[in-house]
Amino acid sequence: MVAIPGKTIAEKILSAHAGADARAGDIVVADVDFVMGQDGTSPLAIRALERMGVEGVFDPKKVALVIDHSAPSPLEGVSALHTVMREFGKRTGAIVYDIGCGVCHQLIPENGHVVPGDLMVGCDSHTCTYGALNVFSTGVGSTDGAAAMASGKLWFKVPETMRVTYTGELSPGVYSKDLVLYLAGLIGADGATYMAIEFDGPVIEALSVDARMTISNMAIEVGAKAGLMRADAKTLAWHEGRSERRPNPVDPDPDARYAREIEIDAKRVGPQVAKPHSVDNVSPIEEVEGTPIQQGVLGTCTNGRLEDLAIAASILAGRRVHPDVRFIVAPASRRVLLDAIEAGYIQTLVEAGAALVTPGCGPCVGTHNGVPSDGENVISTANRNFKGRMGNSNAFIYLGSPATVAASVIEGKITDPRKYLG
Amino acid sequence: MIRARAFKYGDDINTDYIISGKYKFKSADMEAMAVHAMEDLDPEYYAKVKPAGGILVAGKNFGMGSSREQAPLVLIHSNTKAVLAKSFARIFFRNAINTGLPVVECDTDRIDDGDELEIDLEGGVVRNLTKGTEIPFAPLPPVMAQLLADGGLVEHFKKHGGFAV
Ligand code: SF4
Repeated sequence: MVAIPGKTIAEKILSAHAGADARAGDIVVADVDFVMGQDGTSPLAIRALERMGVEGVFDPKKVALVIDHSAPSPLEGVSALHTVMREFGKRTGAIVYDIGCGVCHQLIPENGHVVPGDLMVGCDSHTCTYGALNVFSTGVGSTDGAAAMASGKLWFKVPETMRVTYTGELSPGVYSKDLVLYLAGLIGADGATYMAIEFDGPVIEALSVDARMTISNMAIEVGAKAGLMRADAKTLAWHEGRSERRPNPVDPDPDARYAREIEIDAKRVGPQVAKPHSVDNVSPIEEVEGTPIQQGVLGTCTNGRLEDLAIAASILAGRRVHPDVRFIVAPASRRVLLDAIEAGYIQTLVEAGAALVTPGCGPCVGTHNGVPSDGENVISTANRNFKGRMGNSNAFIYLGSPATVAASVIEGKITDPRKYLG
Repeated sequence: MIRARAFKYGDDINTDYIISGKYKFKSADMEAMAVHAMEDLDPEYYAKVKPAGGILVAGKNFGMGSSREQAPLVLIHSNTKAVLAKSFARIFFRNAINTGLPVVECDTDRIDDGDELEIDLEGGVVRNLTKGTEIPFAPLPPVMAQLLADGGLVEHFKKHGGFAV
């Protein structure tokens, strides 16, 4: 008898939702547990639903539209799109998170819309973020989103899986952002195209849930469809009280088949910076130290959570943002903002000279809240630094951890955060 | 059969190049947005492709980046008949199929800008009429071929009232 190999997390979750024994390479139509759209993509999804002749959504409690990318609205055209979303919510009963609630990728898990073992799709590429919570979540386009909103189903190609194991332990001044930037530099922006990634190893286990989400968030930056982690005691504790649904943790089988396995010794990873204009153009910080910057950004779905604000505040406490630098802080959600106010982080950051903006995407995608000027350099905690990403194709975006951004805005140039430790 | 001139670009063309994020909110009118297609890479793209149509030819990882469906849509509205690339980013590939833009993964090294191409989707072959060469490719899996044949996912739903694959 030929032994049937075990399954990866992706194969198990997709099998369970398709009611079939799905293996990498199969195409299945599967039930989704949740569907999300944001203000850049929902209007097109709503239009697609209209064109399909569909009136409602499959389950209003399982559909959320989030107004986060260009919020509050800076233009009449945007206001009109937001109105379309609000009216859709009223008409169908779908959940609408309006301006000030936060970034979609913070709100969906924070409000308990997904639990471990779920399958969900979002009309936004960074929907892979919830992989850190053992959710097979993936970004789709608006038409896919519409089909899922209408039917509660979607077609999926079951991906192969790459396993990335982080061994050893993190050095001081090095964070989960550095781990994932290092991976992007190692395998490239298409290193995991069409694949799911499973992240594991002692370093992942030691990370907080906030920090894990930073890694899964950037799975798409190496082309992956999902960035999955196991659900452990920390994951389950994080979920406590957020959802009435029971988590259904999914582990990979010990004999699961992986398309590629990579081991990274975390001890060898220092602070990393992605240079313009691609996320895989990564260097150790030593190679870019001293590059002058005019703007710093702390926030986004990658690094706008409480722990990120805490790290930046610890470095900026009692210090001042450099006079030639604008420092923009966008908490990932209202909850994060409130918690950060209570913990004193906001006070610290604003006293240091930060400009606090509405919880949401902030200046990440160039639609509002801080478009850089021609020739300027920006250091950001975001996940993308493509040319034009922040609204000006003549600006240059560097990506780093919250600590790297905090240290850099003090000095007005890219700065190794390790000199500000302790 | 799709027949048009090749417009050739390089590797890793991301969705911000195809349509910059800053236009995402300017309008929901794809005809108006299409004017900006590929603009940061080639400001003339729309002017060159719109009149007679074209086939966009690229290297690896075409369409990396955001999930914006405006990316395939502006290409369709700029009269891009198909995209040929060595590989595609996953979300772009799905979006292209779902919106009805033919995408073909094949070896594009021997296609030059300006070559006259003919794509036989069912037959799995690109004919380079200028050079007299043929480039084979693996035809799409049946589910995707069906969606493309129906004219995209919306038309598929309209026709079948849901998933019929
Ligand atoms: S914060 Fe940036 S990357 Fe995240 S959802 Fe918003 S625009 Fe996209």
